[in-house]
Amino acid sequence: MSTQVESALPDIDPTGIGAIPFRIRENVKAGNLGSWPVVVVLVIMVAYFGFTANNFFTAVNFNNIIIQMAGTTMLAYGVVFVLLIGEIDLSIGFVSGIAGVVVAELQLPDSGHQIHDVGPIPAGVLIIGVALLVCAAIGVFQGSIVARIGVPAFVVTLAGLSIWQGTIQKALPEQVVIIQDTTINNLAGYFFSDTWGWIIAVVGVGAYAAIVIGGMLSARRHGVAIRDPALVILKLLAVAVLSFGAVAICNSDRGVPFALLLVIIMLILLTFLAKRTTFGRHVYAVGGNAEAARRAGINVPRVRTIVFVISSVMAGLGGIVLAARLNSVNIAAGSGTLLIDAISAAVIGGTSLFGGRGEVRNALFGAMVVVTISNGLNTQNRSAGDILIATGMILLIAVIVDTVLKRRQTKAGR
Amino acid sequence: MRFTPNPRMAVTATETPTTAPLLEIRDLSKSFGSVQALTEVDFEVRAGEVMALVGDNGAGKSTLIKCIAGIHGWDSGEVRVDGKPVSINSPKDAAGLGIEVVYQDLALCDNLDVVQNMYLGREASNGFQVLKEPVMEAKTAETMKSLRVTTIRSIRQPVATLSGGQRQSVAVARAVMWNSRLVILDEPTAALGVAQTAQVLELVARLADQGLAVVLISHNLHDIFAVATRITVLRLGYSIAVFEREKTTQQEVIGAITAGTPTKVSGIPTEAAEAIA
Repeated sequence: MSTQVESALPDIDPTGIGAIPFRIRENVKAGNLGSWPVVVVLVIMVAYFGFTANNFFTAVNFNNIIIQMAGTTMLAYGVVFVLLIGEIDLSIGFVSGIAGVVVAELQLPDSGHQIHDVGPIPAGVLIIGVALLVCAAIGVFQGSIVARIGVPAFVVTLAGLSIWQGTIQKALPEQVVIIQDTTINNLAGYFFSDTWGWIIAVVGVGAYAAIVIGGMLSARRHGVAIRDPALVILKLLAVAVLSFGAVAICNSDRGVPFALLLVIIMLILLTFLAKRTTFGRHVYAVGGNAEAARRAGINVPRVRTIVFVISSVMAGLGGIVLAARLNSVNIAAGSGTLLIDAISAAVIGGTSLFGGRGEVRNALFGAMVVVTISNGLNTQNRSAGDILIATGMILLIAVIVDTVLKRRQTKAGR
Repeated sequence: MRFTPNPRMAVTATETPTTAPLLEIRDLSKSFGSVQALTEVDFEVRAGEVMALVGDNGAGKSTLIKCIAGIHGWDSGEVRVDGKPVSINSPKDAAGLGIEVVYQDLALCDNLDVVQNMYLGREASNGFQVLKEPVMEAKTAETMKSLRVTTIRSIRQPVATLSGGQRQSVAVARAVMWNSRLVILDEPTAALGVAQTAQVLELVARLADQGLAVVLISHNLHDIFAVATRITVLRLGYSIAVFEREKTTQQEVIGAITAGTPTKVSGIPTEAAEAIA
């Protein structure tokens, strides 16, 4: 047998702690740095602002940052999926505005189109559902043009950007609509009591531990290599410390904001969708090699269309959170830095612009960076111009790193 | 899709060339607009043999395998599998007949790991489309072991980190994992060095030994004479000749590739047949 010609590597258990250097090297070779760079950047930034800005390191500001970033994070979650298939969605800013307008109009008393409670279901839930359906329809529309007709997503969503902005302006002749529905406003304004905060942390950490340990048991049953138990325990401990720490900080202010729960729940749901389902696998495949995916029998246009639906729906959800934060929707909904912030968040977090590489959690880390820059510079009394320049610089660095990694990956491949 | 062990893998290569062809193609024609890519091509391959498909650029090799693989249909002619006429309208149809193609570009997703590539488009999942990762990993390991692909360090590493020969092995392993009976390999050694070429050719021979029908497309006659049982020559969209490897020479095959004439001219004017000669 001569099949051993290439095997000159020492035989290390590829799942143990001893193999971490090997795994890191392989990942870097494959152009996959994971979340480490952005987490390091985040820690440095938090430390910097903590020492230089007034009122940054306070529980009140911690809660403010969470509520500030919740809307952008929703958009960024959707952007990750679009970037994973190697596309871009420039319409999300104003699609989020559309959702805000729909929500505001449908709760408007005496407007003739107000939605009321149906039985036990509060009106707010129905209104949010309708707004998300509208966004889903926008996603189907834009996604179909990209996936079935083959028009570049850049142009389709650029047209969408203009169309939805115009729609918002025409839909709000009164310039601004106040949102009075408490269900909607609670998305950004509700805080859990201290007790509920602790309960959420206990349930969350417990569920996470159950899933991780269950996965290990299942792998062992099938005779598949499992991660080193010491590593798993470290990971579980880290999650527990972070969760209880966050709840402790929130509780010393107004409590755990519902927005934080929403951010975490969507993170879990979308990560599950991306990593544990057939559809998610197909998203990565289409982004990695669309032709290979097509030949493997994957319905590539369908995957692409659904990704644009996810993008629009997440934009809509983000738009509703942003509207809830202001308790109103105005004619500028979805404009400003929302689009650039959301895309920056996904890219800064480590999602590749070239497709096939990235994870949902990248968007959360990236959004933390983006919001921490703006919040930190704000507490330092810097101007809006400084914030834009700083965000742009970090985005630029992230894109350069992405491109260099992509080149390394191409070289490592053969 | 459920994984079932390939029953053919256990069969040893005792079948003689007199067995009926697994795949039999008669008078297959295909045109793209005004370009006649294939004209009444005949082709066959039996279980347990490596049938080489050779021809110059533009001879119609790719078109022929794309017809077999269900990438595009054909205009006229007949394709039989196990003696029964079949229609192949999609890659899924081809897979259903046990036909798998390993393309020259391998059609691997570099960003996915070996297991994910092996199950690309046919992921093992439960009723809610949730992936059964341990099942896929265990079966991938099993298949790699049965094909004696032992150089890959971890089947959980991204394909981007593998060498050319390893990538080829993954693509071949993927093709044979799915109850396949006919594996078509398009230029499997084109981009490989000497050692890796030897490794892949060994794998090709092993597939035939295990009872699969193998179609090997290659420009490299040295590789072909190393593993092929028979050799079919295409030229300008016509099937020119079929040689037994042991009864022919590289010179004879090269002659057919560069200057062979169609033995069959029914359906086309005689002048046309002479014109291409």
